[in-house]
Amino acid sequence: MTRKAVALISGGLDSLLAARLIQQQGIQVEGINFFTGFCVEGHTHAIRKHDRNREKRNNALWVAEQLGIKLHIIDIVEEYKDVVINPKHGYGANLNPCLDCKIFMVRKAHEWIKQHDFDFIITGEVAGQRPKSQRKRYLPVVADESGADDLLLRPLSALNLPPTRPENEAWVAREKLKDFSGRSRKPQIALAAEFGFEDYAQPAGGCCFLTDQSYSVKLQDLWDNRGQKEYELDDIMLLKVGRHIRPCSEFKLIIAREEGENNFLSGYRRQFQTIKTVSHAGPLALVEGESLDPQQLELACAITARYSKGRDADSVELLFSNREQDIRTIHVKPLAADQIKSEWVIV
Amino acid sequence: MNDIIELDARRLLCPMPVIRLQDCLAKQAGGANVRITCTDPGTMSDIPTWCRINGHQVLENEQWQHEYIFLVQKATDGA
Repeated sequence: MTRKAVALISGGLDSLLAARLIQQQGIQVEGINFFTGFCVEGHTHAIRKHDRNREKRNNALWVAEQLGIKLHIIDIVEEYKDVVINPKHGYGANLNPCLDCKIFMVRKAHEWIKQHDFDFIITGEVAGQRPKSQRKRYLPVVADESGADDLLLRPLSALNLPPTRPENEAWVAREKLKDFSGRSRKPQIALAAEFGFEDYAQPAGGCCFLTDQSYSVKLQDLWDNRGQKEYELDDIMLLKVGRHIRPCSEFKLIIAREEGENNFLSGYRRQFQTIKTVSHAGPLALVEGESLDPQQLELACAITARYSKGRDADSVELLFSNREQDIRTIHVKPLAADQIKSEWVIV
Repeated sequence: MNDIIELDARRLLCPMPVIRLQDCLAKQAGGANVRITCTDPGTMSDIPTWCRINGHQVLENEQWQHEYIFLVQKATDGA
């Protein structure tokens, strides 16, 4: 009887190696990749024009193709909100709930194997590799709190951990698994060479925007100004784009930094009030907030004009549009650089 | 050719177009045809790759201005 395992595929080297180690033992492997909305790869490249010549490969898909396995990409955006908003084990250095995230993903994988009649789960976790989620004492927490228990096998660190059911039942040969631990990447790089993998994504860890300090500051600002921790998918996509400037609690500007961001933000014209320079080349700005009073509108336009080619002009003409697409023409003198207060800029 | 199911994935960034296609095909019988229209240039790589690894076939693939259009036929083995 051929046993079946599902591998959590992040697109990084560790999950690639873990899956190949198990494939080599004659196990049928399929992959799962979870879409949380906070994934780094792809999005910013797709939005920003200067990144458009960069390779747009989705590394999880690429890894699956290298392994010759099916990949199931699962949208967990809605369910994942609770992980981000109420992490039982707290946040890492930024708003990254890494331990809760891992528990959640393994729990979802456990549900998946029960629904699809698979036997066990594999991950590329390495004991001691990450500050929190992969610290050796937390690895049993993931297995326990996810409900996967001894159906969770970490092939790269298995020899440092108690035997799991796939090992105890001889579905896999424990002695062929690895004893990697710690932050060194040398064992993984050597194993990749042994398997003939020469091209692989850089080691994981930078794949989630929640580990990014600037992104986390923007998300915290969003929560602070809404008075509660909540978000929609569009909110967290927009935090990846543009300059975010909040001159007062009533509104925030999201100002495009280049043509690709202009094009992306223009897709939100019907959801936001917008400002666009017309007398000079310049950015599109989304205005997040309720209706602005005349002083606030003038300030918003003067800030937007600051980032246009007319920044040194006496007057810049802009179009302000509300959500109903009623358009007004406004003339302002752009703010000088030193008039943009540092505390307005959310970074 | 069978009827074509149209999917609009414009403005969605990867991997959301792939997820839309995946979820649509999961509800169809083998041999069903789905045409998906995308605006994320990443789909030029992601959709053919996802189809290859899951056994589906990209019958047509064209770019029209800023849109990327794929006609995909679901694998007949129920993949």
